[in-house]
Amino acid sequence: MTVHSTISTGSPWYALFSRGARDWLRHNQKVRDSVQQHLPDLVAGSDLITGPEERTVHLPVRILEHARFRLADTQTEASRNAGQGQGQPGDVLRPAAPMPDDDEEAEGGNSEGEVRLLLELKVDDMVDWLWEELKLPDLQPKQKTTLAEDEFVREGWDKRGARARLDRRRTVKEAVKRRAIQQDPVPFSNEDLRFRQLVHRRRPATNAVVLFALDVSASMTDAERKLAKTFFFFVLQGIRRKYGKVDTRFIAHTTQAWEFSEPDFFQVTGTGGTGASSAFDLALEMIESDYDPSQYNGYLFYASDGENFTEDRSAATSALLKLTQLLNYVGYVETVPGTSRMTETEMKTICNQLEHGGATLGSCVLNKPDDIWKAIRQFFTQEALQGADA
Amino acid sequence: MSQTELTNYADQIEDLAQQLGLDYYPVDFEVVPNNFMMEIAVYGLPVRMPHWSFGIRYIHQLIRQGMGNSRIFEVMFPGDPCHAYLVQDNSIAENTLVVAHVIGHADFAKNNQLFARFKQMAGGHILEQAAERSHTIEVALAEHGQDRVEQILDAALALEPHVDINLPLHRPPYHSMTAQAGKEDAVDSFAQRFFRLPGEAAPAAIETPRHTPIPPRPEYDLLWFIAHYAPELDGWERDIFLAVREESFYFYPVFACQIMNEGWASYWHARLLREADFLPSDLYVSAIKAHSDVVRPFAADRQLSLSVNPYHLGFSIWEDIIAQQGLAKARQICRDEDDFGFIRNYLTPELADKLDLFVYEADHEGGIRIADKDIHAIREAILAPKFNYGAPRVAVSAMHIDGSLELIHDFRDDGRGLDIPRAERVLDYLARIWRRPVSLQTVSSSGNPRVVSSKPPGKAMPS
Repeated sequence: MTVHSTISTGSPWYALFSRGARDWLRHNQKVRDSVQQHLPDLVAGSDLITGPEERTVHLPVRILEHARFRLADTQTEASRNAGQGQGQPGDVLRPAAPMPDDDEEAEGGNSEGEVRLLLELKVDDMVDWLWEELKLPDLQPKQKTTLAEDEFVREGWDKRGARARLDRRRTVKEAVKRRAIQQDPVPFSNEDLRFRQLVHRRRPATNAVVLFALDVSASMTDAERKLAKTFFFFVLQGIRRKYGKVDTRFIAHTTQAWEFSEPDFFQVTGTGGTGASSAFDLALEMIESDYDPSQYNGYLFYASDGENFTEDRSAATSALLKLTQLLNYVGYVETVPGTSRMTETEMKTICNQLEHGGATLGSCVLNKPDDIWKAIRQFFTQEALQGADA
Repeated sequence: MSQTELTNYADQIEDLAQQLGLDYYPVDFEVVPNNFMMEIAVYGLPVRMPHWSFGIRYIHQLIRQGMGNSRIFEVMFPGDPCHAYLVQDNSIAENTLVVAHVIGHADFAKNNQLFARFKQMAGGHILEQAAERSHTIEVALAEHGQDRVEQILDAALALEPHVDINLPLHRPPYHSMTAQAGKEDAVDSFAQRFFRLPGEAAPAAIETPRHTPIPPRPEYDLLWFIAHYAPELDGWERDIFLAVREESFYFYPVFACQIMNEGWASYWHARLLREADFLPSDLYVSAIKAHSDVVRPFAADRQLSLSVNPYHLGFSIWEDIIAQQGLAKARQICRDEDDFGFIRNYLTPELADKLDLFVYEADHEGGIRIADKDIHAIREAILAPKFNYGAPRVAVSAMHIDGSLELIHDFRDDGRGLDIPRAERVLDYLARIWRRPVSLQTVSSSGNPRVVSSKPPGKAMPS
């Protein structure tokens, strides 16, 4: 009896198998999903707000591990393993060198070499995810005022016009049509000429300006500033999604207000008390001098720990009221890391008062990074509602 | 590569193998492109269920191949017929070597009792079954969506090695066993007559607990237990669990006999090539060169290796046995042993000395030193990763009235506790499909009892 095996060449479609790649993509999808959940932590550190246009964030991520039960690494005794080669007991094969202590790193040490994944995320993608995830409505541009810019748009053809706007293709078409029905045609006649026409159009303005105001008085801590920065970043991204051109201005204030560039803005610390009206006045000034409300969609976001001099109340209220009339929306966030406060703060009182009066204004309290999403959702849904009402 | 040339050599090698007394089920060889081969190696089977964890292995393999560290020569699946895959781009010399090697494997798989027992339970058509199961899973994916299927596979594949290989693949559920036990009690006629004797009142209560606990004793076959006793699994979900379990059973003999099996195949490919006088001499030389690349203790530029190459170790032990005790004895060992018996009985002190085997210790600062050349220490160090399918001993200890599941880690057997963060994540996988709380008892690194529990549902876990 002889058994004989067979050898066959595999089907040509074997080369098309790509299950490994498919499962790898699924893995990457899972990594992205988990990155999405941790976005706030990831963006807080860097200067993202006015970075160059094609902004991407590089994110080193660990490859996900499919966990299994495993024994703990030994703490007391050294791990023992079998090896092969010349040597006597006691021989040192590799001297002990204190490794850079990264516990996570050390785990993968004696297994297969670890592959690290560098995830490149477009900031715009990140914001898209967020908007999908938060189910945020699109912003409403101002509708009441005639936000308009004049422009010329091409529309239609005419037999007369400037030579520069002669449409050659059309003209030849006309000539061909005419020649087809004429007995003894001339190649071209004046009747064939066609000129492009321009018309006057009014176009809604797609300019926007976002004013960020930050309380930098002594009571604002680093943690509060970080919360504010993260919040500002995402708000700005949301507004960028909607408008073609977005200007940003940064205002910091104590009892006085100054304008800053973005890098400096979050570093500034001031001393002394808080007078919010100074910032609002500066914002009003900026709008009046640079951003005509009929040309610009304006937004103001103000972050503070909520403290304000009581003497400043009436000034702040009136300035803020004026701002709400000029701008599409005003948002106020109160940054209180850690604990939430029992009593209403001075700023909150002012805002609530205005909000009840029907101004397009919203306020929210941030305790921890997670609250940022809550606040963003609140602001944007509110803004859309009020925009629709208006 | 010329197909006919290879077929021609393969036929002659097989004739030679049969003259030398090798006995095996026929092998279906298939010549496949490299990327398909890589997928087989990554998935463990030519067509297998999709899961993202395979994607990770795939990319690791891709990188290793890209760096030239890893080449796959052969993959072989025992069965009746056996299936083996050859790489299209490998040279004819290499593929001739692989054919001879695979025939060695085929002989081992037919004769080794462990393989034979598992083949009897799982049948000889594992590839077709795996493909069928993978198809079922694709259907489930279309029907129930990625998330639900992934949940099941996350849990089932995490428990892949947790099967009880001492019990049959197809086991009845507990109640039929306990019912039988009860019947035997009643029929115990001696007891009945004994209690009818004067003065021997029937004991007031033969403590028969009304409620037999489930499981009646710690259950080590986690996959089986969950598939049968999970309170809220759908039929298709149970099927996926059982599919993973069946494949796990199939892989066990390959895992438990790796050193023997690779050594046996290496011994036979070397011998077959040596005696194949029909091979042209240049082909023979390149084939033997490929052989010595595979069966070598350490990389060419090294004098020392911190792992033991199973091909080299197995090959050396078999050569030693055959030289000292003859081929008949070797065939008997091949039939009766697995790696545990093979290493403990046949890795002799002289051989270990000749092979320069040692045990090394790696401390936490990354220092490595040779600790021991004692034969017992060497044997145990080689075998340590193979106990209990390479996994910690975790068993189901109780299923409570509210459906919550209690697992226990046999830390005394394993010598230390579990890696807690990983255990927590496995419990989370489990809780998502058990749909009740799951907890696990183990010890912390300081040796104190530690209970790990699954997170309550609803709290998404950043994985």
